[in-house]
Amino acid sequence: MSAAWTNIATSAHSLLERLPLLARDFTTDWLPESARWLANSLITIATVVVAFASLFALLTIVERKVLARVQNRPGPNRVGIPFTKIKLFGLGQPLADGIKMLTKEDIVPRAADQVLHFLAPVALLAFSILTFAVIPFGRQLVPLELDAGVLYFFAAGAATELAVFMAGWASHNKYSLLAAMRALAQLISYELPLLLSIVPVVMLAGSLSTVGIVEKQAGWTWGFVPHWHVFTPWGAAGFAIFFVAALAESNRSPFDRPEAESELIAGHLTEYSGFKYALFFMAEYFGMCALCGMGVTLFLGGWQAPLPFLEIIPSYFWFAAKLLTLLFVFMWIRATLPRLRIDQLTRLAWKFLVPLALINLGVAVFWALTADWTGAIRAIRWIVAGALIVGPFVLIGRKLSSGIAPRTYRYAT
Amino acid sequence: MTAVLILIAVATLCTAAVAMALRNLIHSALLLIASWTGIAAFYLWAGAEFVAFAQVLIYVGAISMVVLFAVLLTRQSRADVAIAPGSLGRVVLALIAGGAVLGVLVGAVLSTKFANSSATTPTVTVKQIGQSLGGAHAAALLVIGVLLTVALLGAVVLATTDRAEKEDA
Repeated sequence: MSAAWTNIATSAHSLLERLPLLARDFTTDWLPESARWLANSLITIATVVVAFASLFALLTIVERKVLARVQNRPGPNRVGIPFTKIKLFGLGQPLADGIKMLTKEDIVPRAADQVLHFLAPVALLAFSILTFAVIPFGRQLVPLELDAGVLYFFAAGAATELAVFMAGWASHNKYSLLAAMRALAQLISYELPLLLSIVPVVMLAGSLSTVGIVEKQAGWTWGFVPHWHVFTPWGAAGFAIFFVAALAESNRSPFDRPEAESELIAGHLTEYSGFKYALFFMAEYFGMCALCGMGVTLFLGGWQAPLPFLEIIPSYFWFAAKLLTLLFVFMWIRATLPRLRIDQLTRLAWKFLVPLALINLGVAVFWALTADWTGAIRAIRWIVAGALIVGPFVLIGRKLSSGIAPRTYRYAT
Repeated sequence: MTAVLILIAVATLCTAAVAMALRNLIHSALLLIASWTGIAAFYLWAGAEFVAFAQVLIYVGAISMVVLFAVLLTRQSRADVAIAPGSLGRVVLALIAGGAVLGVLVGAVLSTKFANSSATTPTVTVKQIGQSLGGAHAAALLVIGVLLTVALLGAVVLATTDRAEKEDA
């Protein structure tokens, strides 16, 4: 009896697991062989774009709600179903915002560089969408399986900096140009720790393929500690560096220098209105989702379930859960931390994150060389690796903050 | 497949040519970046995935920033981005220098004997590239790394002696 039940459970699970692929094959089954490949790709692209566009709509309202709750106010709660009194906690807000953005006047300054002004939001969004291609959303759900997937991701992501610069320069506005310069400085600074933090992952997984890296993180120690990279000394440090750099790369608070409202009146977005502004907004959220997705893939086990018995839940659900958790932390940080000054921002990158990422590389090498240590000696492996990364962290942190804090005020208390 | 190659080649060469013809430095820089992207597209067409992505990452992602920074930091005002040759002598010198480089490059291409390409495209995985870079060509890689570091230090030295009294954060 129990064996039959297990059988049913397993087949139901595998059905759920393959459901997206089955649905796709079902739709394109009637096509000839040559056209099927194209149709399958188009369906995949459409699914990814639609899924993340709706996630973007959801995130705008969730972000406003989260920020509001942190600040002890209700947030948007008026828009529900039109012509009724049903308010649905304001869930209709993204739709209303979308209609507002679409119907707003699109103003282009006369002195602006017309072509670049138009091209910037389009390029930014295009490059942001490109990054989704290599993220494995589930066990077999990767839009494009590339041998050098990680490299592709960062190559597509690097081009977004150019679009921000184009927007700032083409606007013919002092604030926009300043913002463009800041964006360049910030993005160059944080590209380095971002890339350095993922090198250990690539080194220890022995693969640049996103699918391969996720598969390397399968399994559990003692049946309950997952083999995710974040649960190793170098992985934890790498994830922390990656996370900070990802915050900066996606222009999120506390690193939202380029669009600082209070001093640069929204920076490169100053001269954008209507739908172009919405495109920038969308691209920012897409970039954030893609970087979080990459973080989940590289450090948090991708679509792997956290515990063996939870594998009954389909893999894409786990990916979504981890992704949403990371996005929530992004919002949380935005609500909590004040914005950094530009010199603090670059100092953090060059004097703290880059050296730590390089040291982390050494820790990863140590970890790889001691992979065959077993038994009690494994505790030594953990202690040495942990000390190798925590020691420099404390030392560099102390050195950097000495003489700066606590701040003394001459004319104030 | 050849049609794609011709398309890529035309796009790459056209963007490079227009970049030289334009008077607006920022437009030239952006077109130059477009041209680099075209080269990456060519690598992709030739099946060299790794090189293509590396090209985009380094040229479109990093070097482009350096170029744009240089343009923005050296211009006095926004109207100053349009450039014109300083004098006739400079134009002539520029043409001679450019022609010399072109001559050397064309000479090198013409004097190289290309082996007849085999019928099958060689498939090289990223792992193989890594192993050959870390094994047989490790010394060359290290030498290039040292060279670039020295260049970087040189740039820092030049930049700091220029404006020693202006201490920046």
